[in-house]
Amino acid sequence: MSKNEINTNINIKDLNLWYGEKHALKDISLDIPEKSVTALIGPSGCGKSTFLRCLNRMNDLVKSCRIDGEVLVDDENIYDKNVDVVDLRKKVGMVFQKPNPFPMSIYDNIAYGPKIHGCSKSETNERVHKALEDAALMGEVQERLGDQAFSLSGGQQQRLCIARTLAVKPEIILFDEPCSALDPISTSKIEDLILELKKDYTIVIVTHNMQQAARISDHTAFFLLGELIEFGKTKNIFENPQVKSTEDYITGRFG
Amino acid sequence: MLHRKKKEKAIESTLLMVSGVTVVALFLLCFFLFREGFLLFGDHSIISFITGSSWYPSSSPAKFGLLPLLTGSLIVTAGAILLSVPLGIASAVYISELADPKVAQLIKPFVEILAGIPSVVYGFFGLVIVVPLLQDLLDLPTGQTALAGSIMLGMMALPTIISVSEDAINSVPAALKEGSLALGSTKWQTIYRVVLPAALSGISAAVMLGIGRAIGETMTVMMVTGNTAIIPGIPEGLFDPVRTMTATIALEMGEVPQGSEHFHALFAVGSVLFLITFIINLIADSVKKKYRLQEGV
Repeated sequence: MSKNEINTNINIKDLNLWYGEKHALKDISLDIPEKSVTALIGPSGCGKSTFLRCLNRMNDLVKSCRIDGEVLVDDENIYDKNVDVVDLRKKVGMVFQKPNPFPMSIYDNIAYGPKIHGCSKSETNERVHKALEDAALMGEVQERLGDQAFSLSGGQQQRLCIARTLAVKPEIILFDEPCSALDPISTSKIEDLILELKKDYTIVIVTHNMQQAARISDHTAFFLLGELIEFGKTKNIFENPQVKSTEDYITGRFG
Repeated sequence: MLHRKKKEKAIESTLLMVSGVTVVALFLLCFFLFREGFLLFGDHSIISFITGSSWYPSSSPAKFGLLPLLTGSLIVTAGAILLSVPLGIASAVYISELADPKVAQLIKPFVEILAGIPSVVYGFFGLVIVVPLLQDLLDLPTGQTALAGSIMLGMMALPTIISVSEDAINSVPAALKEGSLALGSTKWQTIYRVVLPAALSGISAAVMLGIGRAIGETMTVMMVTGNTAIIPGIPEGLFDPVRTMTATIALEMGEVPQGSEHFHALFAVGSVLFLITFIINLIADSVKKKYRLQEGV
């Protein structure tokens, strides 16, 4: 494992994944630096979302999915038999493509995580307020915490989902195209938020939006047809890509 | 060209007429039912019919009190719902969330077959198996009780409750379940904290439809409940024979002279039954619509 001067807390070694017969991820090895933003880019179907979902074992839900290789989170292989998925997902949170608030109040949405993990009422309450502050949502909702989450706008719902993840106190947050269903203003709010969150969390984000990757990420990984083509500092990937296909994709020649 | 247009027109109007028959039939049925029922209220007041506690159609003067029949129907139905709702929801959760898809595909046809069995067969099964069993097990003077009716009706309402709840559970977006799992909740926590609340209105509709099915059922209850028109105590009346509204109509209609007081009384009972099922269906429908709206968000 190549741990240089940058600390990494997710290390992927020779990861292969099949959906039935389809070889969806091929020999991926990648070390993700901690407390920074790593963007995964590539054309649709290249495996970047699949890869992201390997990091909190959401692929477990897919029956036909088979995985080989190692994913180390804090030096522990999360695919070991004795790993508790619940503990893993407490450590590795996830925000989805479309905002998916639960059909309950704003407060209960955020309190959901702490409650299922056995937090006391006062602890839960504290975490809800902290999460709302950290997700930059408090100002907009503090007067109506009891309202249904559906009453919020799309962008607010997505920040609610981020707050919901923060309330579980993860180390790592995975974002699966979090802005693809949002307007530009909501998108820029989420981007600001991600830049703020990277001080405390390791962030991995899948995005279709190249400018977004350039704006918010420190490192970028380019995927194509299930393979990791290139990984490096975002600046280098965008200004001086080493592989022809990376350059073609970034300059918009395909994808 | 002109010929083709005429043909199209003819097909269209034929189909319109055919569908019109359904609507007309419903209105005729309602009109007839309520008119015949209403004719009772010359010698008997509406109040004495609704609040009357004895149903003695052949005493003189005859007494047509709805209460024993209404409470009989209610206690049998309530028992059926208490039995079938927990079972039905549990089965629906198992089929849609927990079972291996192959197992689910295996179970579903059985549920559908359960719905297709004729009610007289249920009644026969109840009379031969359930009634003696209850009598022995609970040491009752007779096994023909409200409870026997509840058990059989519960069984008959199960397929409706299972399939409608299953639909409701399946229509909970996968994104909600993933969201819950991603926060580190277990499958079970996800089911009872997110999936079931999200499917609640659909499940309530399922329960209402189950009630509608149970309260209107005739043949089965007639065969297993003993048909004694006495107001049952609650809840100990579960272990006594009762007579439901439906059974009363089926048992007595054959023997009454058309146009007699008794004849009209039975129609009045039928009108009450119709109103109850109509209201239940309305509620089920509006609950269903509400949950479609929620889904739409």
